[in-house]
Amino acid sequence: MDDGGRSQDVTRRQFVALGTLGGAALAAGCGSKASGGWEFLRDAQATTLKAICDQIIPKDDYPSASEAGVLNYIDRQLVRHYRPHQGAYRDGLEQAEAQSRERFGKAIAELGAADQLAVVTDMERDHHSFFEMVRDHTLEGYYGSPRHGGNRDELSWKMLGLGDPPLLGRAQYDLTKEPQQ
Amino acid sequence: MNRVNAVVVGAGAGGGIVAKELAVAGLSVVLLERGKWYTAADCRKDDLRNQRNTQLGNAFGPEDKGNPRVWVDAKGAAHTVVASEGAYSNNAACVGGGTLSWGAQAWRFMPQDFKMRSTYGAPSGSSLEDWPISYDDLEPFYDKAEYEIGVSGDYSGTPFHAPRKRPLPMPPLPPNREFGILEPAAKRLGLHPLHIPMARNSVPYNGRGPCMRCRWCVGFVCEVDAKNGSQNTVIPVALNTGNCELRTECQVKEILTDEHGRARGVSYFDERGRLQEQLSDLVVVSACATESARLLLNSRSKLYPDGIGNRYDQVGRNLQGHYYSGALGFFDQETYDDLGPGASIAVMDYNHGTPGLVGGGMLANEFIRLPIQMVDRMPQGTPRWGLGHKQAMRRFYKRNIAVMGPTQQIPSADARVTLDPNIRDQYGIPVVRISGNVHPHTFEIGAKQAQRAEAWLKEAGAIATELSGGRPEVVQAGQHQAGTCRMGNDPRSSVVDRTCRVHDVDNVFVIDSSVHVNNGGFNPALTIMAIAYYASDALVKGWKGGGYRS
Repeated sequence: MDDGGRSQDVTRRQFVALGTLGGAALAAGCGSKASGGWEFLRDAQATTLKAICDQIIPKDDYPSASEAGVLNYIDRQLVRHYRPHQGAYRDGLEQAEAQSRERFGKAIAELGAADQLAVVTDMERDHHSFFEMVRDHTLEGYYGSPRHGGNRDELSWKMLGLGDPPLLGRAQYDLTKEPQQ
Repeated sequence: MNRVNAVVVGAGAGGGIVAKELAVAGLSVVLLERGKWYTAADCRKDDLRNQRNTQLGNAFGPEDKGNPRVWVDAKGAAHTVVASEGAYSNNAACVGGGTLSWGAQAWRFMPQDFKMRSTYGAPSGSSLEDWPISYDDLEPFYDKAEYEIGVSGDYSGTPFHAPRKRPLPMPPLPPNREFGILEPAAKRLGLHPLHIPMARNSVPYNGRGPCMRCRWCVGFVCEVDAKNGSQNTVIPVALNTGNCELRTECQVKEILTDEHGRARGVSYFDERGRLQEQLSDLVVVSACATESARLLLNSRSKLYPDGIGNRYDQVGRNLQGHYYSGALGFFDQETYDDLGPGASIAVMDYNHGTPGLVGGGMLANEFIRLPIQMVDRMPQGTPRWGLGHKQAMRRFYKRNIAVMGPTQQIPSADARVTLDPNIRDQYGIPVVRISGNVHPHTFEIGAKQAQRAEAWLKEAGAIATELSGGRPEVVQAGQHQAGTCRMGNDPRSSVVDRTCRVHDVDNVFVIDSSVHVNNGGFNPALTIMAIAYYASDALVKGWKGGGYRS
């Protein structure tokens, strides 16, 4: 898992641009957006969350969590179905930063991949319920339906070899025959 | 509002059939449903919000907001939950009920399932009983359900199926890849595999086309309307008679009774939240095992201080569902062919007759898995996150088969629905409180079933297997919920008689899975349907016109 930190390949500027693009496309008609393009997250929180999510699903030959729009997904749900988790995210992201600064003296986003992994591993141990929630939400945003702002362009489905399904069904049958009993 | 002959509460598997049978027989019927009427256009293919994967809520009701329940853990602590959480034991709230978005397995029970106590004896501490009716009583109505609702499949591969007079009306879907892998393995083990009976069109039937075999099946409404439920079969027939009015988004509050203790109708909150009364000659409760019990318990009066049918504290007891047990196998070869519904092959060899076990269960391959459904099901030792998890998803997503099945429930009187003393729903009606668990022998049967599933997968070439396990802290009623208004001859140990009529109120009937004395080792929906046809038949025969008198 050492190469998990290649998520650093995407610069923060690119990342924010991606986030805004995806978010805008999906949130059209949902009202104005906050400054960083987020509906709930502050930019600093998004930076922290991106580092965590990209350790949960790092980049390899296929996109990382943030590249696939996982932050869009979480941000959107935090003002929708996951509204009750807003406080947990605020506190949990703050704790993650505190852990990073305590152990490495830097913000988590400024760390190398191995150190980021160490911080997230600490988080899993010390703030288990928050970590589990972020882990679940990250997997949902990555592997779930694109309609909620994650899994951009069905990237994860393509990674798994799942294309859009062809219309099968009728091609399976010879409808000229009587049903066999 | 005009008085009608019958009010049916709940437009699901049972209520839809009752409404149709009564309306066709000429009775005036009001069918009340707390949910909405969805159509094929509501499929949405939303992996995170459907009736099986509910991370973002239930697609087909109820809403999380305004519909709480309470469950009680093993230490006695109560927890309030919303409808999309597992401990809620949700089925659905919509026209069609569970049959709108189900996987559509449409099994008949076996004759032994109606004679569990006399076949095996009741395990100590259980409330295992025989039904007051037999398989033979239900056979004509199973047949009617298979032909009116529409079932495809083929029982001919197994000698264990119950006696039947004719084959299913539709052939099975052509086998998928998992069928091709599992069938020869089952035969090598001496098992008798069959094509799962499914309420799904494999060929044009009933004016609708066949399954197009997409991957968004169980949990979703069918995009091409090839999956059969009460919403696209019997309910339209009921409405077409002109004798049945369907009112959606109506939450029934209580059954109203007169000074003689007979029902005179129901009160309900309509789609705009206004309290209404609908008077009727008879009331049929078909709201599913949890909600039917709740309605009876909430129908309190001077004559029924503890609720209708509850003179002997039986309403809500014997709650059961199905403990699902089985194994997941990982393969070197690709097993995934993107052909829904995925579930295709089953064996009934293990339902009955194992020494030391009180019943058993059917085993079948699982429905097609969406990627999000596999993230927590990678082989043992796989990291739960990080690069290792992502790599495992790539390696195994298309290389796994799950074999599982519903384990026969050994009921317990302590597993029950009561009313929570504190929590109320959006209308102020006391809500369902779930406590207790099924008898522990259930989990012993489940453990054996898991070993059997594993053996089948290994024979089929699995390179690694994971057995399901664990014992839930509270009864898992869920979509297979049953048992809370048990059918029986003795009013002291049951709620309804052999025709589904409440023992102490002659014009109130419970017609849904609540009456199941035992939930069988099969998906229960076809049995709910058969009982609905059977009970409706008795009801219509007893109907004297203008008023119901026994």
